[in-house]
Amino acid sequence: MNNGLDSKIPGGPLEKKWSKHKFDSKLINPANRRKYEIVIVGSGLAGGAAAATLGELGYRVKCFCYQDSPRRAHSIAAQGGINAAKNYQNDGDSVFRLFYDTIKGGDFRSREANVYRLAEVSANIIDQCVAQGVPFAREYGGLLANRSFGGAQVSRTFYARGQTGQQLLLGVYAALSKQIAAGNVRMHPRTEMLDLVLVDGHAKGIVTRDMVTGEIASHAGDAVLLATGGYGNVFYLSTNAKGCNVTATYRAHKKGAYFANPCFTQIHPTCIPVTGEYQSKLTLMSESLRNDGRVWAPKAKGDKRPPAQIPEEERDYYLERKYPSFGNLAPRDISSRAAKEACDDGRGVGPGGLGVYLDFADAIKRLSEPVIRERYGNLFDMYHKITSEDAYKTPMRIYPAVHYTMGGLWVDYNLMSNVPGLHVLGEANFSDHGANRLGASALMQGLADGYFVIPATIGNYLATQTGKRPPPDHAEFKKAEEDVLARIKKLLNINGKRTVDSFHRELGLLMWDKCGMARNDAGLKEALNRIKEIREEFWVNVKAPGANEELNQALEKAGRVADFLEFGELMCLDALDRKESCGGHFREEHQTPDGEALRDDENFAYVSAWERTDGTPVQHKEPLVFENVHLAQRSYK
Amino acid sequence: MNFKLRVWRQENPKSEGRFANYEAPDIPSDASFLEMLDIVNEGLILKGDSPIAFDHDCREGICGMCSLVINGTPHGPEKATTTCQLYMRHFRDGQTIHIEPFRAKAFPVIRDLVVNRAAFDRIQQAGGFITARAGSAPDGNAVPIAKPAADLAMDAAACIGCGACVAACPNSSAMLFVGAKVSHLGLLPQGQPERMRRVLNMVKTMDNEGFGNCTNHYECEAVCPAEISVAFIARMNRDYAIASVRESVE
Repeated sequence: MNNGLDSKIPGGPLEKKWSKHKFDSKLINPANRRKYEIVIVGSGLAGGAAAATLGELGYRVKCFCYQDSPRRAHSIAAQGGINAAKNYQNDGDSVFRLFYDTIKGGDFRSREANVYRLAEVSANIIDQCVAQGVPFAREYGGLLANRSFGGAQVSRTFYARGQTGQQLLLGVYAALSKQIAAGNVRMHPRTEMLDLVLVDGHAKGIVTRDMVTGEIASHAGDAVLLATGGYGNVFYLSTNAKGCNVTATYRAHKKGAYFANPCFTQIHPTCIPVTGEYQSKLTLMSESLRNDGRVWAPKAKGDKRPPAQIPEEERDYYLERKYPSFGNLAPRDISSRAAKEACDDGRGVGPGGLGVYLDFADAIKRLSEPVIRERYGNLFDMYHKITSEDAYKTPMRIYPAVHYTMGGLWVDYNLMSNVPGLHVLGEANFSDHGANRLGASALMQGLADGYFVIPATIGNYLATQTGKRPPPDHAEFKKAEEDVLARIKKLLNINGKRTVDSFHRELGLLMWDKCGMARNDAGLKEALNRIKEIREEFWVNVKAPGANEELNQALEKAGRVADFLEFGELMCLDALDRKESCGGHFREEHQTPDGEALRDDENFAYVSAWERTDGTPVQHKEPLVFENVHLAQRSYK
Repeated sequence: MNFKLRVWRQENPKSEGRFANYEAPDIPSDASFLEMLDIVNEGLILKGDSPIAFDHDCREGICGMCSLVINGTPHGPEKATTTCQLYMRHFRDGQTIHIEPFRAKAFPVIRDLVVNRAAFDRIQQAGGFITARAGSAPDGNAVPIAKPAADLAMDAAACIGCGACVAACPNSSAMLFVGAKVSHLGLLPQGQPERMRRVLNMVKTMDNEGFGNCTNHYECEAVCPAEISVAFIARMNRDYAIASVRESVE
């Protein structure tokens, strides 16, 4: 009943699978590695780490990113930290506990074997980063410091002030720079992948556009790795960078790669609320703030008093009330929904009533302002810049915002998609976070995939591919180049009356409304119709000025939004199919009497993998088998 | 709010640039500087003009992609702020705002306000790393690092690589950028084996890329969004002097 989806999970006991698999996998001997050309798209934690590591191993690597330098990939914006089962705190952590927390946090919609491997290599990641000079926070004794994060009762999160993603990415970038200097990696910045090329059914290269000159070029390889991040910008407003897009993975999907669980999106509970229509993006306030901040809303509806005038007994610390054992560190999906609930109930604060408070008064009283400043200074500064409010004096206002996408291209245990040769890493794949990702786990997964998983698994594919790399003037490349150019010409020639951004905003609002924090049958069906209408209008009425042969940011956006306009439909379709609530996917028809997500393990314990042939989406199901954890209703009470 | 803009327009690296005047009417005071430019660009596109090209990505002050010299100051008038984190409420209603690209010989203009900062990548490639092969690292706690050293390394590592230091310097020097990287890695025990080679190679590449020298204006520190201290330049110069002497002796 797996419709040809073979997850290739090795046999044997959970804790032995990865070692056994590594031993069973074929190797490429060092002298032969230089004969293989690996194409990597994306230079964040996953792509950059893979490029650096494969380069170091001796493969010939070509790496592509749309930014002007690999150091700018959006991994850089992750604030809070990276999880690892080091148990340096002696507080009861273990590989199995990190595995269990991640499976439970993902609401039992991820693969056991993948998640266990992630937990297993997590400790190596910290060692690797320390060796590279990542300046993690330390205690006075010189040892590594830890903090707590949502969904866990141990302190296993390593951090570098509020800039952990930046420091980890700079570590990756440094390793990558060394390989570029050594000639093992050729870096192509300001270059966008616009199509995947298959030869004899195998992914053997990509077609790119040079974003400065407009040149369309083909790059052939023995394998293609996509590490292109998530699709959160389908909502227009998100915490993603402006350039983040679904194009690489969606183009691959159109060439046959299955897209898994597209409806699993993460809405992060602590972001700065939206202020106006002109707004171009949302800014996250790290989840680590919930270590010391207390979340509350007024008890009374429509209470417009300033927070300082609302007495203690008229405040509802709703997370502490509803989830006493996890309190303010309840997982993201649950915290987000609780905020929405308070606001839907008319108890929201700030302009438009779409906000709740994150209050540090108690922590400042307990620990002093300098301590709080040392822990979160840069976050408080950032909040001040955006809102001109001083969070040391008055509580922050926060509201949930789109942050991460658990869905992505379907991959097997080797991180290879159903298209042979096409590997997918980091946020771009679907494999490890189920229906909800825990805080500080994205950095962990990106680096695990790039430093440790793909270097061990890619050899197995390559060993069967000797001599099969096509020349970049192969007919399939020529055809893909023609298709790419034709699409660009089409976009430029529409010359309609609406800007790309106006379509993107319209799509985003619709997705947020119908396929955001809460979804229902009627809303999703309505969205499916509306997306078609928006897309039809886009292709006759969008205005992308200028030419291809120049730096043309409007054209870049047009191509990406055109893909979002198709992808949004797939998301709604998947959300409609999943008639249960789990993790970030909350179907209003399926909830417990007290408003918690109601999973249906009998009917929906599967990965939903969508195939697209001739424009019609076809669903495949990979059943999820749990042999090591007991399926239970997720409770953080 | 309403603004008058004087914006540098340049079609490509070879063409001659010029200032063009634009009106920016009805801008919300809570809009960021880049959102203000988004609004202006929407108007330009609908009028059939070419929108103003500018670099940006994360829009939360960390990726280092955004640039711009605003009324003569890289990243504009607010201290420790990137252009993307600059809000229009910091300007006067009716004010004229001059917007130019970062200017330096080593940062050629690509188009309008977009410049090529690949020279920074090449400096990094010359030695801005600690060699650590994946799989060969000792336990993270094997070498304790005193908190003050770790904190100072983090201060240096906070550099976002935007290049404002170069744009602000009368000599277009990149020494704050290079000093920060040399110090970050040189302060840590893991960075010692490559410390001398690193500083020599990075400084040499910096010179070859056409960046100028430091003559202690401290304009770089004044505009740095990450508040990198010029003390790191002094640290780099010390390392460089020691490394040069050792190189000549050995």
